[in-house]
Amino acid sequence: MEESLVPVTLTVNGKAIAREVEPRTLLVHFLRDDAGLTGTHVGCDTSQCGVCTVLLNGEAVKSCTVLAVQADGADVLTIEGMEEEILHPVQQGFWEKHGLQCGFCTPGAMLTASYLLSTHPHPSEQEIRESLDGLLCRCTGYETIVRSVQRAQEIMDERRESADRETRAI
Amino acid sequence: MADVIGSALKRHEDIRLIRGKGQYTDDMKIPGMVYASMVRSPYAHARIVAVDTAEARQVPGVQAVFTGRDLKDEVGMVPTAWIPPDSDMKMTPHPALAYDLVRYAGDAVAVVIADTPYIAQDAADLVRVEYDAMPAVTNPRDAAKEGAPLVHEDIAGNVAFHWKAGVSVDEVFNKAEVVVRHEFRQQRLVPSAMEPRAAVAQWNAATDELTVWVTTQNPHIHRLLMSGMLGIPEHKLRVVAIDVGGAFGSKIACYPDEVIVSWAARKLNRPVKWTETRSENFTVTTHGRDHVEEVEVAGTKDGHIQAIRVKSYANLGAYLSTAAPGVPTILFGLIVNGAYAIPYASAEVFGVLTHTTPVDAYRGAGRPEATFLVERMVDLYSEAVGMDPLAVRKINLIPADAFPYTNPFTLQYDSGNYQGALAKALEMVDYQQFRKEQDNLRKQGKYVGIGFSTYVEMCGLGPSEVAGAVGFQGGLWESATVRVHPTGKVTVFTGASPHGQGEETTFAQIVAQELGLPPEDIEVVHGDTAKIAMGWGTYGSRTTVVGGAAIHMADQKVIEKARKIAAHKLEVGEDDVAFDQGLFSVKGLPARTVTFQEAALDAYLAWSLPKGMEPALEGTAFYNPENFTYPFGTHIAMVSVDPETGDIELMRYVAVDDVGVVINPMLVEGQIHGGLVQGIGQALYEGAEYDDQGQLLTGSFLDYAMPKARFFPKFETAHTVTPSPHNPLGVKGVGETGAIASTPAIVNAVMDALAPFGIHDLPMPLTPRKVWQAIAAKGGTH
Amino acid sequence: MYTAPFDYRRAHDTQEVVAWLQEDPDNTKIIAGGHSLLPLMKLRLASVARLVDISQVAELQGIREDMGGLRIGAFTRHAQLARDPAVREAAPLLASAAAVIGDMQVRNRGTIGGSLCHADPAADLPAALLALNAELIIAGPGTQRRESLDAFFLAPFITTLAADEVLTAIVVPRMVPGAKSTYLKRPHPASGYPVIGVAAWVSVSGGLVEDCRIALTGIGPVPFRAARSEQALTGRAFTREAIAEAAREVRGSGTLEDDGDGYKSQLCQVYVSRALGDIAQGAG
Repeated sequence: MEESLVPVTLTVNGKAIAREVEPRTLLVHFLRDDAGLTGTHVGCDTSQCGVCTVLLNGEAVKSCTVLAVQADGADVLTIEGMEEEILHPVQQGFWEKHGLQCGFCTPGAMLTASYLLSTHPHPSEQEIRESLDGLLCRCTGYETIVRSVQRAQEIMDERRESADRETRAI
Repeated sequence: MADVIGSALKRHEDIRLIRGKGQYTDDMKIPGMVYASMVRSPYAHARIVAVDTAEARQVPGVQAVFTGRDLKDEVGMVPTAWIPPDSDMKMTPHPALAYDLVRYAGDAVAVVIADTPYIAQDAADLVRVEYDAMPAVTNPRDAAKEGAPLVHEDIAGNVAFHWKAGVSVDEVFNKAEVVVRHEFRQQRLVPSAMEPRAAVAQWNAATDELTVWVTTQNPHIHRLLMSGMLGIPEHKLRVVAIDVGGAFGSKIACYPDEVIVSWAARKLNRPVKWTETRSENFTVTTHGRDHVEEVEVAGTKDGHIQAIRVKSYANLGAYLSTAAPGVPTILFGLIVNGAYAIPYASAEVFGVLTHTTPVDAYRGAGRPEATFLVERMVDLYSEAVGMDPLAVRKINLIPADAFPYTNPFTLQYDSGNYQGALAKALEMVDYQQFRKEQDNLRKQGKYVGIGFSTYVEMCGLGPSEVAGAVGFQGGLWESATVRVHPTGKVTVFTGASPHGQGEETTFAQIVAQELGLPPEDIEVVHGDTAKIAMGWGTYGSRTTVVGGAAIHMADQKVIEKARKIAAHKLEVGEDDVAFDQGLFSVKGLPARTVTFQEAALDAYLAWSLPKGMEPALEGTAFYNPENFTYPFGTHIAMVSVDPETGDIELMRYVAVDDVGVVINPMLVEGQIHGGLVQGIGQALYEGAEYDDQGQLLTGSFLDYAMPKARFFPKFETAHTVTPSPHNPLGVKGVGETGAIASTPAIVNAVMDALAPFGIHDLPMPLTPRKVWQAIAAKGGTH
Repeated sequence: MYTAPFDYRRAHDTQEVVAWLQEDPDNTKIIAGGHSLLPLMKLRLASVARLVDISQVAELQGIREDMGGLRIGAFTRHAQLARDPAVREAAPLLASAAAVIGDMQVRNRGTIGGSLCHADPAADLPAALLALNAELIIAGPGTQRRESLDAFFLAPFITTLAADEVLTAIVVPRMVPGAKSTYLKRPHPASGYPVIGVAAWVSVSGGLVEDCRIALTGIGPVPFRAARSEQALTGRAFTREAIAEAAREVRGSGTLEDDGDGYKSQLCQVYVSRALGDIAQGAG
């Protein structure tokens, strides 16, 4: 069976990337090999571990189970795009609360966490733990990840409040 | 300046890792790089009749296909690096690519190298291998029986070694008032680091040098072993492991894959990358545990344990992996008396080969198995003598005034206060109240249980003389170079190879404290044989204990030289110079000072150094510990069991650990948490299962139950601090305690909950179905 | 892991999907969310010559009111189902089942149609949809048929869907006003699939159970309804005794495999009992 290359254009971390790819190219390989963004990792074959999690049009997805062609035209956010002028609150939270050890699942964990906080700004501890159903971490025992997410939420609240104060001041 | 040692400094390594800028092996990309995919045996035991690579070679983009015959005369056998003494150990020659027999499902028979990994896998599927399948054996006790299929034709009975230690216990057993016997199955576990293994090899034809980036815990051991296999001398072979995504023992071993890739890189004169799939990780990367143990305890009617006798069949898989023979012997058998003053003990281990994935170290490596059996036996013995397991522990724990304590296997426990840790744990748990509630709940048909694990373990591997005496084919000292730059910034080179434990931070804390520098002025370099002369890597909770002590020694050399420079500058005698918080001062004249940075600059300018002093400022030290270290503690688990479904809920988990001096409490807690989840995972969730043909039934994360966040309550952790008297930093090691202590605490708690049903033991993992079956077999709840 | 090569086409309407399926029905597969199919293709357990991507087919999208119930496009993702106000209002049982599928990332990709057509015996939605009396709208070459979900599942991974047909929508009748429902699941610790999932709703009127439906998934080779449990409950006061009897009656409702020890029968009974207990306590 012959397969031909297909054109895809993705906006990755705000930057358009156009390539011709084999249809079987997985989004994670597009990111790692075509976009050169190796912060997104591959940890399993069966869509369980979640270390490859990225945001696709703002939603957390496992990029090992999405074809690059399925993501054609979409916005993708990877770990490399999280930080703006300062660390993203989730990055800061993970750093402060020791939410990582070997760091391999961390990009997936942080994007999962940022998605959770975008949909549930004040999750309970149980909600945080359940949101990690799709994330396997072998190092931390998860509790420090939970604390990291809680800390990230505090930082988000703090930054929102200070932004509000600035707005009021103007 | 506040103490840096003991403070919860945020990790230095996180700065890159939280930005996605880690450099894992699979992230490597070199121009001209090609990709390897392995062809692996689907059979656990078969003769290779023919390998047809013609079709695979024709796939566009395929660079080469190699089989076992291509490598046979060019690559040496994958070696074993541990030969337990007096055990009559047989070697198990392991060709990197099999050419006559395959001995487990996953054994590699060919490699395809292609322009892309996609093409490599396509072509690997087209390599036609004809096998003559043969019967397989997977259980270690079955394998040791007469008539079992042989894994290696020349190893009779599949027994690779037979090891014994301890003293004679027969007389004690013959005369004992109480003897309790039990058989345990330590199930097989899959280490499952989140990063699959990978290797990238690059040959430099101009210099005849090979560089291998590989997921390893011990680059220098890798270099030594690969040098032998490839015939490339060590000074022409560089092994690099920058960021490694977890290992837990599974990246100690030297595997065929990295050797195949290295050989091919030289052969093709192209950089070659191989990255393991998770499916391969399940079938090829070493597994852990897997013992069948017959255990006997002798004691008095009033709770004094007098002797323990252990006979174990350790499943080693199809080949003896790098450290495999040491794990179920030295690291297990010598400490089966646990934290108890049991005067007589003996251990006997059959190292058995089976048609399964090789078994090697997995977090704790031998010590979890030893701790499990003794902690479970204390509970079973308590039940037999009708005593409370806590009371029996109090009677038998080694008293605080008995240290250093020599156990029946002549290990010398360095220091401890086991009662202190137990007392602290009991401050966190109201034991008597729990027992009362337990009684009340039972009357309502609700079943809760409490389980203890008052453990000790042996780590900080280790004294090199002992390593030699117990057959480890290497040293266990560690190296450190503390290089002070002219501006007073510092690069630390360590022969340990941390991969998540955080020693880029911990080691910087040691240097910051000792040299009085800000931690951000210190960079820790590890994992590169071109940068670090020699070292033995990271495993056995040795990194801070041994590598950290080496850094401490190197610091002293730096301070000594800098002090001389400062004295020279201050025009006083060396003995008149004090050093505190980065400042040299004249004793009694605190205003006259030289900063550490000034001394460093002087050392490099060398305009005016004390007579005869060489320029520059750095210290190199090699720390060879005089003993192992012995962390200990008390863990308490509280569970409830749903008798209708067999579900187990972990209600509380209390861990009091004494790991000696704590350098970074945040990182220590992280190590304990991680270990707990792995240990609890063994008790409740994880288990690798084979069918009788040697097919792994639990070969993916769909089947193998890795612990998830929602399975756990908040852990309650605390410490006592009993410094190791022989370690210069007083540290004891913390990497493995959680995994060692927690498994028996959980099983003891579940069995305590199930006591009203007359259930005394169940094989791990304690799945709901097993628990329910046991309850049903005892007549159920009605 | 890498899938074998395949040809990829993106369809724009249902007829295009059907036409492409007809060209080579045995080697063509529809990809929706891809969360069942892609892992199999990566493991090279499924070989597919051509993938037809239905994500751009407008007819397969969206949730709308239909004859008093809901018409749910086959391409609706689990996360959409879980949060859609219309689903939560008209069929909360479906929303609560969708909310506990797999994990958050999977719910953002997986679709209701993909889940049903893949017919994994360990899927969550079939229990809820069986309990809700759902019907399927299936398009084939020049035809459209409507089939009750009750008849759809034939065996694990096998349904009545022909190789040249495409599931376009799921029609879910509105739950009886005032009915309470729950989806009670025990996830497998590794896969997250239900070891057992019980979907149930009960409407009580004048102190008596007026109507109810109970369906189970994960526990047998195909999802099934617990008709005798429903009968045992209907017309009786919604008491602990009635629940216990209904739970006992679940035995024999569906085929269970690997039940030599009686554990699966036990789980059926316990989970039906607990699901009904939750409803009696006021869930949903």
